[in-house]
Amino acid sequence: MTPATAPAALAPRPDRRAQWLLVGLAVALTMFIVVVPLIYIFWRALSEGLGVFAQNILAPDTLHAIWLTSVVAVITLPVNLAIGIAAAWLIARFTFPGRKLLLTIIELPFSISPIIAGVCYLLLYGRQGLLGPVLAAGDIKILFALPGIVMVTLFVTSPFVAREVLPLMQAQGSEQEQAALTLGASGWQIFRLVTLPNIRWALLYGAVLATARAVGEFGAVSVVSGAIRGQTNTLPLQIELLFNDLNTVGAFAAATTLTLIALMVLVVKTVIEGRTR
Amino acid sequence: MSVAAVIDAPAGRQRRVLPGFGLTMGVTLTYVGIIVLLPVIALFLKGAEIGPVRFWDIVIAPRTLAALRLTVTAAALATAFNALYGLLMAWVLVRYRFPGRRLLDAMMDIPFALPTAVAGLALTALFSQNGWYGQLLAPAGVSVVYTIWGVAIAMSFTSIPFVVRTVQPILEDLDPGLEEAARTLGASPFQIFAKVIVPAILPAFLIGTTIGFARSLGEFGAVIFIAGNLPMKTEIASLLAVIRLEEYDYNGAAAIALTLVAIALVLLVLSNWLQSRLTRRRVPA
Repeated sequence: MTPATAPAALAPRPDRRAQWLLVGLAVALTMFIVVVPLIYIFWRALSEGLGVFAQNILAPDTLHAIWLTSVVAVITLPVNLAIGIAAAWLIARFTFPGRKLLLTIIELPFSISPIIAGVCYLLLYGRQGLLGPVLAAGDIKILFALPGIVMVTLFVTSPFVAREVLPLMQAQGSEQEQAALTLGASGWQIFRLVTLPNIRWALLYGAVLATARAVGEFGAVSVVSGAIRGQTNTLPLQIELLFNDLNTVGAFAAATTLTLIALMVLVVKTVIEGRTR
Repeated sequence: MSVAAVIDAPAGRQRRVLPGFGLTMGVTLTYVGIIVLLPVIALFLKGAEIGPVRFWDIVIAPRTLAALRLTVTAAALATAFNALYGLLMAWVLVRYRFPGRRLLDAMMDIPFALPTAVAGLALTALFSQNGWYGQLLAPAGVSVVYTIWGVAIAMSFTSIPFVVRTVQPILEDLDPGLEEAARTLGASPFQIFAKVIVPAILPAFLIGTTIGFARSLGEFGAVIFIAGNLPMKTEIASLLAVIRLEEYDYNGAAAIALTLVAIALVLLVLSNWLQSRLTRRRVPA
């Protein structure tokens, strides 16, 4: 039993060895399961030299996949921002019956795995799906084309912005906005001059997370895209295709672009967390 | 949900001062209806169409059962590893100060940030025969790729952050005075851990493991690279649902998908229940 003097109690000596043992174990396991795989991506992509790496990135199908993934990101970003703000405003600033239910539905995509989301979309829009005959009659193509890829990506990414903005708006309350209202501001002015400056970091963070997810989504998109080479293949699908073609170095080259995006997201996250604390 | 009830509610009248109710309500409902609800409803309608007898036949078909068993077993293995590893990481990151701690903390976000297809590709190549890990394991006669262990490793990677990130804040908020008090009362380090720390972090720990387990069950991108996807052996349930779709067997796909959704729903309810217990416990403090 240690004497009850404060310094002895704060820094008990025998813990030291346990501490280094645990830190060592934690570092070793993290190296093994996280760090080495991360390094391996770049090592393998560059294993046959920069020339081959550039060739792989610039292969027409891979370039097209990068293009398609960028298009999906550019379409989903503004939609996610607008919907995230609308949903957060609705739930944080008003009370109405069914508010909790609506919040549950908004967060539903987080609990449905993306691959199931893809299956749902096929059951709805597929040839034998619920709306299949209607779409066929109107000659509207949703599946195995850009609209389907965009819609299922929106399904998967839809809760991100609201989840970051909503808690902040609830914590801040609506006193400032009500004050602006009594001073004669219009709805748009209130939003632009009062609300937006307050939520901008959360909004940016949510947008970054949603876009990163949109760029990297695999399961949901793989079901609805049909993975047509050079047409409906997004970058994550292109990685699988190259891997199945036994072009492992090419697959890793394509993977580096997504890995760099992921690392950039982590940097942005660190910066924003530093700002909001 | 009548409109009169909204207007009569005093809270409603007080809060309805700000503009934009109609606009945001209309936009949100339309969007959520088309993008989220309609596809999910399609799944349930398709499931209802099958009828209970055929539904049951699909679920207990040998190939479906094998896929479900593999998915649940591998997810359980992954969750067991992540429970221990996550607890260790949370403890080390909160309690100890050492060089590189912040970097180690940042590493815990990699599995969420990295697209699952990239993770699957990297793990598969690492563990394959000529990969860095595969070369070390081959002499011992251990093969990971195309086995349940590969599936479990891929699932484990993608759900690493859940336990760490749920336990970490609780451990940070834990009053050191409690441990001090236990120590001055003569408790051994093990007793302090079992009687002071474990009860405090248990709800968060269980929430983390539950959500992690749910995520592992639904993991697709990382798994299909490493699994080899052999029917009856290393085929996960969600892949079987997709295969049924490609065979235009919409009933089969819907039944398997609904089974997975039902399991996920049970886990969600469980974690919400734990969450409510957690907040109730934290309120008096």
